[in-house]
Amino acid sequence: MIHGIAEKAIAVFSWVLTLALCLSVAFFLGYLFFRGFPSLGKELIFGQADPLKAVMGSIRVFEGIFPAIVGTICLVVLSATLALPVGVCSGIYLAEYAGPGMKKLLGMLFDILAGIPSIVIGLFGFSLAVFLHNHFSDHFGPCLLISALSLAVLVLPYIVRSTQTSLEELPVSIRKTALALGASKLQNTVYVLIPNALSGISSGIFLAIGRCAEDTAVILLTGVVATAGVPSSLLSQYEALPFFIYYISNQYSNQAELSRGYGACLILLGICAALFLLAYGMKKHLSYRTLYRA
Amino acid sequence: MSASKEYIARSVFLFCAMASAVIISSILLFMIVLGLPLFKGSAFLSVWTGPWAPHQGFYGILPMISGTLWIALLAVILCLPLSLGTAFVITSLGGPQIRRMLGALVRFMTGIPTVIYGFVGIFLLVPIIREGVGGPGMCVLTAGIILALLVSPTMILFFSDSLQSVDPAYVQAAKALGADRVQRLMYVMVPKAIGGMASGFILALGRALGDTLIALMLAGNAIRAPHGFLEPARTLTAHIALVKAADFNSLEFRSIFACGIALYLLTTAATVTVRLIERKRRGEP
Repeated sequence: MIHGIAEKAIAVFSWVLTLALCLSVAFFLGYLFFRGFPSLGKELIFGQADPLKAVMGSIRVFEGIFPAIVGTICLVVLSATLALPVGVCSGIYLAEYAGPGMKKLLGMLFDILAGIPSIVIGLFGFSLAVFLHNHFSDHFGPCLLISALSLAVLVLPYIVRSTQTSLEELPVSIRKTALALGASKLQNTVYVLIPNALSGISSGIFLAIGRCAEDTAVILLTGVVATAGVPSSLLSQYEALPFFIYYISNQYSNQAELSRGYGACLILLGICAALFLLAYGMKKHLSYRTLYRA
Repeated sequence: MSASKEYIARSVFLFCAMASAVIISSILLFMIVLGLPLFKGSAFLSVWTGPWAPHQGFYGILPMISGTLWIALLAVILCLPLSLGTAFVITSLGGPQIRRMLGALVRFMTGIPTVIYGFVGIFLLVPIIREGVGGPGMCVLTAGIILALLVSPTMILFFSDSLQSVDPAYVQAAKALGADRVQRLMYVMVPKAIGGMASGFILALGRALGDTLIALMLAGNAIRAPHGFLEPARTLTAHIALVKAADFNSLEFRSIFACGIALYLLTTAATVTVRLIERKRRGEP
């Protein structure tokens, strides 16, 4: 009898709590759309400037988020370029070449790296910038390159782990066929295993890109500023979309700025949601471990 | 020719793996080296346990450790029932369509940027807390609620993943004995999946400990250990973000490396615990 009531209660509570979660997410997103939708448009991105001239770089955009979008794109492209080759190669090594002891040790290290808070990695990047500034040249300081490097460190474990997992998941039939036909280990890896694991690898890459686009804590310490315009070089400071949102949230002075903040939220949400959904579309059963981030 | 190619490829892969490993170790090394002046002599203990009183030369990070624990623990405590309920519905209580929709919602939630949670939190939740519950609005409670929402996908995905990976033979056997859905869930699936669920809980806790933006934007950032849910607090992560580098060699600035080390150790402990749990689970099938 008591058990019966407890079981009923568990079912009821589960449904109520699920509903509570759904409603709070719906309310949250609804509010964001309600506040942000009216500000979406050409003005939000380019302000008063002519879009064509702004894209060509002949005039500077002031009252728009164009420089922040360009900064975020630069950041994502740079850090992906830095992290991808190293990450994918490390993943291949772990899955195909490493012995059991090495696998355990490196697996542990990558799990630890995946768990380190992003602000700590930002602090690492900041220290690196200061170190370079003091020991090499005054030109170094917090900048686009340092941010991209730190973000690359941040997303490295996602790329390594997803590459490794999707290679290891391949069935023996795929794994052995080419070898039996006389292919070398490298040929087997390059021509058979990687193409078969491509969906898993690329879903990890999309996740990593999404992380680069949304992370704020790392860039906060490594060179993002509120007004810098479109970045001119790797060693210059820059603007970025997530930082713009953060900045607006405690520095806005009027309603127009605030509604630009909501608009920027919607654009960033669109970019990240698309990347994450793309990652899931590539591979339905993505290992949740790759999702763990802090 | 082919053999040398093999050798080169192998070396490149090995080199990349080693480089990644070195980077991870160097993060901790960097912080220890740069925080070194803090740990010299009598300052060693006071950094961890002393008060934050810059005018008297004390730069203890204890208030920040306390703030971090308050907010992170509140977040996971709020998140736990929410995630359990949702994971139960996803794995056994809901029909196929509801399961699919919920699964999609939770995955979508993992894609929402942290800064957006913070932004909406400031303009939506802070006024509600200030008017409805009292206090300054930016406090442990506000940050805890939003953080609970932020880490809930991690918990839900881990919970439902480990519930779903319970051997169907057990579930079918219970069904044959006449157990209904809730009974199968409570007496068969949950006891079998408890290890995996514990991992999910600890990983979510690790995420809550390490999150910067929510606490930075919503917790008020006062350097004082909180004594209630309606008081403002500063987390270790927010402290790192807020101390500006006026003088790189000042002790105040060095304190952020102590924060970094504390965070590194806390999250590494979480990761290692999860790995130990997972190993034990795999050891006894």
